[in-house]
Amino acid sequence: MMANTVEAEGQLTPEEQKRLTADMHRSLRRKKIGALFLVAPLLIFIMVTFVAPIASMLYRSIDNPQVLEYMPNTSAALADWDGNELPDEATFAALVTDLAEGRKNYTIGKVATRLNYEKSQMRSLIMGTARKAGKLKPPYKDQVIKIKAGWSDIDNWKVIKRESKSLTASYYIAAFDMETTPDGEIKMLPEKERVYLAMLWRTIWMSVLITLLTLILGYPVSYLLASLPMGIANTLMILVLLPFWTSLLVRTSSWIALLQGQGVINDVLVWFGLVNDESRLSMIYNATGTVITMTHILLPFMILPLYSVMKTVPPSYMRAARSLGATPFTAFYRVYLPQSVPGVSAGAILVFILAIGYYITPALVGGQSGQFIGNMIAYHMQKSLNWGLAAALGVILLVFVMGLYALYSRFVGNNNQMSLR
Amino acid sequence: MAIPSYAGPLETFWYYAFRAFCALVFFFLISPLLIIIPLSFNVEPYFSFTHGMLTLDPEAYSLRWYEEFINSERWMSAMQNTFIVAVCSTILSMTLGTLAALGLSRSELPYKGLIMGLLISPMIVPLIISAAGMFFFYSSIGVSQSYLGLILAHTALGTPFVVITVTATLSGFDHNLVRAATSLGATPTYAFFKITVPLIMTGVISGGLFALMTSVDEVVVALFIAGAEQRTVPMQMWAGIREQISPTILAVATLLVLMSILLLTTVEYLRRRSESLRGISAH
Repeated sequence: MMANTVEAEGQLTPEEQKRLTADMHRSLRRKKIGALFLVAPLLIFIMVTFVAPIASMLYRSIDNPQVLEYMPNTSAALADWDGNELPDEATFAALVTDLAEGRKNYTIGKVATRLNYEKSQMRSLIMGTARKAGKLKPPYKDQVIKIKAGWSDIDNWKVIKRESKSLTASYYIAAFDMETTPDGEIKMLPEKERVYLAMLWRTIWMSVLITLLTLILGYPVSYLLASLPMGIANTLMILVLLPFWTSLLVRTSSWIALLQGQGVINDVLVWFGLVNDESRLSMIYNATGTVITMTHILLPFMILPLYSVMKTVPPSYMRAARSLGATPFTAFYRVYLPQSVPGVSAGAILVFILAIGYYITPALVGGQSGQFIGNMIAYHMQKSLNWGLAAALGVILLVFVMGLYALYSRFVGNNNQMSLR
Repeated sequence: MAIPSYAGPLETFWYYAFRAFCALVFFFLISPLLIIIPLSFNVEPYFSFTHGMLTLDPEAYSLRWYEEFINSERWMSAMQNTFIVAVCSTILSMTLGTLAALGLSRSELPYKGLIMGLLISPMIVPLIISAAGMFFFYSSIGVSQSYLGLILAHTALGTPFVVITVTATLSGFDHNLVRAATSLGATPTYAFFKITVPLIMTGVISGGLFALMTSVDEVVVALFIAGAEQRTVPMQMWAGIREQISPTILAVATLLVLMSILLLTTVEYLRRRSESLRGISAH
């Protein structure tokens, strides 16, 4: 019937048009919902098992519940304190109540640890006073100061007041080797105490070095692979893909076997008389070990994107340049190199992103001088248990990597990410 | 790429220097993997070739470290744990990843870029950061130090590979085939299993192998969220390398190299098969 109308008048009546659009919308919506239903299980799964953990880390880097939760009376009493002179008797009373309560519930240690991150004598101040707080009778002020003279220092009170807020930037301040003075000023730590910026800087320059080495080793090989006949290239490709598919720990342990003092390389050097038996080279458990091992591990990640770009450069261009009188060097420099730049960028960013987040290899072969920022995060997670600082360092690294990744996806587009990891 | 006949002596020199350099790089790539194979048969607990090994004295070789590996309860339970976790997480990643890839390949899906970004984020975020986040979150919901936690974590890390390979396979997929099947009377389910599944199977399997490899090789997250009972092979290797590196590690490493050769062969076979199925010649 509809067809008849169309034929008769050459166009749809407004009513039919409306019905048709509604029908189309409904069908489109059904398709949309269908597609969403397919994606939903994984999306929810990733949200719960991956995105939520990352979000919880973000939160932990600014979360500051200890003082507020375990010293509630003191926090409340200090809220109106102006910070010019010692707090009044009521505040001291609140402090004694909190300390006694905290000692009974075994929560005072958490507050002491938290405050000690900010000022180094805070732990003994809090713990020493808490031990005796239960026996005190009012008035408290003088007795408390007698137990620990630190309570007469206004700066200590200022730290407590500052950290009695539920959110803090202090982990980030610490992660950038800075500190907050009692007056609320943020300044750099003395040169000797700076750790993380130096570590971040070392991570960056070693990653740059590793990226450059993989580029120097990878570029000629990719060029060779791209210009050889397919059959030979595919066979040689196995030599690139096999390390790529082999466990990271396997490759790391074989480098330990190769590089250590009594290892294969030193033995060969001694055997050829290039090195004295007494002065074997120390090529592992230091920065050299990290650089050699990681260059080997990340080299396939440079070769694969380079190769896929070089594959698309027609070999006739180079021949044309030569026939027009260019020397081999000019032909390469002016014709081939510019066309391989996208591959260089993609490979370099990829290797750099992977290198900067490394943890396992530096931990195993890096010794003291070959540690990365990732090792610092692991140290604070597992040894010092300063989780807030670990989270802050993690977030800084994450922001860095995300920025680089945004660059990377501009070079390769969204569908060619298989070569990651 | 033979050397052109007009090449002068300098160019000839460059040509051979270039080839020699490439040969050295290939040697650099492959020798660390090959060197551990003979070393793992060393009768002595050294990481170098003994005089006996170099003179091919059969006395200098033994299966001692392999025996130690097989007789070690720790290694065997680590193998079992790795197997359980890897199989479960691979099956989960393949199922969830394939479904998502089917959705992602439909043009009607809204917010496609955002969704894709979220789904592949586990592959981009450095492992140490994922591990720290999972440590906080998984202990707060009570699944850390359990098989479930480790399987969930490894599934999250493995799904991006499945999503990417299957999406890539689907990008060359001819939707008219399904329409033809439906017009010939097939129900959507029947058409899916008879037409779509066989065509995307290669992508699903190679994505699954990537996910499998991720789980088998993964150590950072495992170190943070697995308990002593879930100790996997990489965790055992990590502990072995840190404490006292014994050639048993090299024996395990040799077995893992053999496994990667097997996996590489399978993936390459699948890739070529998929290319020939889609009419793209491998040569």
